[in-house]
Amino acid sequence: MMPIVWWVALLLLAVQFALWKLRAGTFLWTLASWFSIYLFLHFGFTVPVPQSVISLYLGITTLATVAYVTSDRERLRNFTAPLVRLCIEPGRRPVLYGVAVLLPALAAFGTWRSMNVPLEAPAFGRTIHPAPPDSITVHDKPFNLITLENPYRKLEKSDPAAFARHLANGKRVFYQNCVYCHGDAMRGDGMYAHGLNPIPTNFAEGGTLALLQESFLFWRVSKGGPGLPEEGGPWDTAMPAWESFLTEDEMWDVILFLYDYTDQRPRAREVKE
Amino acid sequence: MMKKGLAAFLAALLGFAVIVGIATFLLRREYHAPYRAPAAVTQETPRAQGIADEKAEVEKRDKEKPYQEVEYRQFPKIGSRVAVWIAAQLHLLFAAFVLAVPLFALAIEFIGYRTKDRRYDRLAHEFTKLLSVSFSLTATFGAMLTFGLIILYPKFTTYLVSVFSPTFLPYVGLFFFEAFFLYTYYYGWGKFSPRVHLALGLGLNVVGTGIMLIANAWLTFMTSPSGISEKGALISTWDAVRNYTWMPINVHRIIANVAFGGSVAAAYAAFKFLGAKTDEERAHYDWMGYIGNFVAICAFLPLPFAGYYLAKEIYAYSQTLGLTMMGGAFSWLFIIQAVLIGNLFLAANYYLWLGMGRISGAEQFQKYIKYLLILVATCFAVWATPRSIISTVSEVRAMGGSAHPALQFLGVMSAKNTAVNILILTTFLSFLLYRRSGKTPTVSWAKAGNRAQLAIFLVAATIVISLGILGYFVEARVRIGFSIPQVLSVLFTMVSVTVIDVFLYRNATKTGEVRWGQIAPISQYVLIFIAVTFTWLMGLMGYVRSGLRQHWHVYGVIRDTSVDAFTPTLGFATRIVSVCVLLFFLLISFVFWLASLTGKKDWEPRPEKAAETERPGLEPVGAAE
Repeated sequence: MMPIVWWVALLLLAVQFALWKLRAGTFLWTLASWFSIYLFLHFGFTVPVPQSVISLYLGITTLATVAYVTSDRERLRNFTAPLVRLCIEPGRRPVLYGVAVLLPALAAFGTWRSMNVPLEAPAFGRTIHPAPPDSITVHDKPFNLITLENPYRKLEKSDPAAFARHLANGKRVFYQNCVYCHGDAMRGDGMYAHGLNPIPTNFAEGGTLALLQESFLFWRVSKGGPGLPEEGGPWDTAMPAWESFLTEDEMWDVILFLYDYTDQRPRAREVKE
Repeated sequence: MMKKGLAAFLAALLGFAVIVGIATFLLRREYHAPYRAPAAVTQETPRAQGIADEKAEVEKRDKEKPYQEVEYRQFPKIGSRVAVWIAAQLHLLFAAFVLAVPLFALAIEFIGYRTKDRRYDRLAHEFTKLLSVSFSLTATFGAMLTFGLIILYPKFTTYLVSVFSPTFLPYVGLFFFEAFFLYTYYYGWGKFSPRVHLALGLGLNVVGTGIMLIANAWLTFMTSPSGISEKGALISTWDAVRNYTWMPINVHRIIANVAFGGSVAAAYAAFKFLGAKTDEERAHYDWMGYIGNFVAICAFLPLPFAGYYLAKEIYAYSQTLGLTMMGGAFSWLFIIQAVLIGNLFLAANYYLWLGMGRISGAEQFQKYIKYLLILVATCFAVWATPRSIISTVSEVRAMGGSAHPALQFLGVMSAKNTAVNILILTTFLSFLLYRRSGKTPTVSWAKAGNRAQLAIFLVAATIVISLGILGYFVEARVRIGFSIPQVLSVLFTMVSVTVIDVFLYRNATKTGEVRWGQIAPISQYVLIFIAVTFTWLMGLMGYVRSGLRQHWHVYGVIRDTSVDAFTPTLGFATRIVSVCVLLFFLLISFVFWLASLTGKKDWEPRPEKAAETERPGLEPVGAAE
């Protein structure tokens, strides 16, 4: 059975094809295209698209539609012709009255719909990757985050056996401590994840770990939520400060394991000229 | 005459009566202490003694008060930060305009000199009309900014002086020369030989750029200080000048100034077009708006690359600054930036499509507009797609995080770079179609030339899209490197296709003339929209660059310990930027109005007044002699 999103996409394409075959006028074609995009954004994705993005895309679509219709006099005339006919031809009066009733009714329905939503926490712009400080102190030892490297990363090439031991240790640390929230496949869906707000980040996709240097992860693991900087909040995370429970080596090892398990590479440092 | 005198007398009488009435009314309601006869001998009461002692104590304390250096002073009502922010923003906007207009005015004058076409000379002169008042306003806001810094942030200003004092004298010297060149360039229009006048324009541009380079050193030092010891002591002024972000800012500002200046000059033309009374005026200002917009868009196309270079250098200087900018507190402003830039691209294309309406023979290209629009809108949507989406709690749960499983791929650098390059190619294609409107090539190789141009476009688009897709599968350092071939392929396309086009349409037959002035009036509002959007964008991005330092005056060296040592909310910041933009457009409207006075007739007295003044009895003494 084909997923419903494909049916939606196919139906919308079919509508476009039918309009092309029927040589639909500018007015009908423009309106149909706008609604096709609206329907596709609402129903064309397996995971629903957040309203903020739908509004953004529809705003762009509306701007583009207005630009298209008004950029040529002939096109503008074609677009407005059905509306002008609707307004001035006596034979179309019933339709005009219908539109006059329908538009306020649609507005009223939209208002009712926007008010009739379940109560939930308000949306806010959460910063996922706050800027790290230049230096931190872990277990009374200062670390310069600008130059800090994972001390065991170099073993990957120089001593693969030792590197494998560090990975195994990282695996142990992860499954003893982190798995409950981050999940056994690091998708941010551990058994406690559903009790957290926001839920843990999905490390399995390529847009998180691969964008960060290992020093950033060391800072986040060691200091957790309580160690987030005050500037530029609001920060929001339930991550504990793991420096209270893990040794420095354990934290470096678990970072190695995160990258190894998700098959990603840490962001390389920019070389200063 | 008698009647007028009587009316004045009665008005004065009435005025006095009103004053007497108000005074009487107020005095009746004033509290008057009952009269007490003075005692023969003043009795010293303990209370009076206490007051006298207190006064003496205060006087003594004041005399012994030691001199203390003040760290901060507060500006009333709006606070020091907002006061300096507004002064700096307005100074920068006028300075950018004053630096940009001579750049393209000189280029247009040079074209006029080479082609002997007087229209270009008139156009360049018209642009420079806006300069002299803007120059005065730049200096006024510069003085306000300097005094603001000295008064409100004395300690920080003293530190900057300790590092950059050797640059101040050259700055003042250059400023003097700028005034000399600017006024001789403007007032000397048509009074010197063309070559001398062009040399004056060149001098104006060189001096203006020099001033900008020095000022850029001061502000970039605050973000990426160098040439100082770990404790902040000066080691080398030259090293402090050429700090990490100095050259990227220089490049970015020169290009952005031209884009901004062109757009404001085009807005001036739009303002004049909308108020024009004759077809001739409409034609002139339509053409002026087109040239201004052309300058703005030409400069705008490479601007994203210059911005990318600046951001890369900020990242290279400090990962913390880079993350604060792109992943931290300021990242949401880049979504607004994307929406504004997308709007600019859409508006630039829209203006070109509207412009086709004034060329007979452009109808053949109308069928392509829908495809160009789909490309522009798609790239706009990709560029504006955030990676971390603003969403409700239920939406976050449905997505399994703050990134959407499908749309997250549009939120990363690979997608953004690809989108902006395709946007630039599409805008260039729109311009090419506009340029070809009403012309038919006559060269024998026309077909082959068209095919070559199409092939270049397709190859460039393939390179851009392929590297964009490949960027998802490589590490960040390699991905950043991909932007260079992407940019180069787009630049190569623009240059090579233009060269082919110039030869292709040499001696082309004209199927229709450009009917200047016969463009839909909405196009003029588009020009004003572009200018406003550019200005807003400059304010917004300037805030990001400056706000990056967060609680530092000089990043990592001089900490901000004032009451404003926090990053304001994005809503507050955008409101301040909006106020600055409004103030700028109010002031620039004043400049436009002043510039429009030059073409008006001199004031003359009304005929009856003129007749009055001509009576012999009123002639000044000695006039008859």
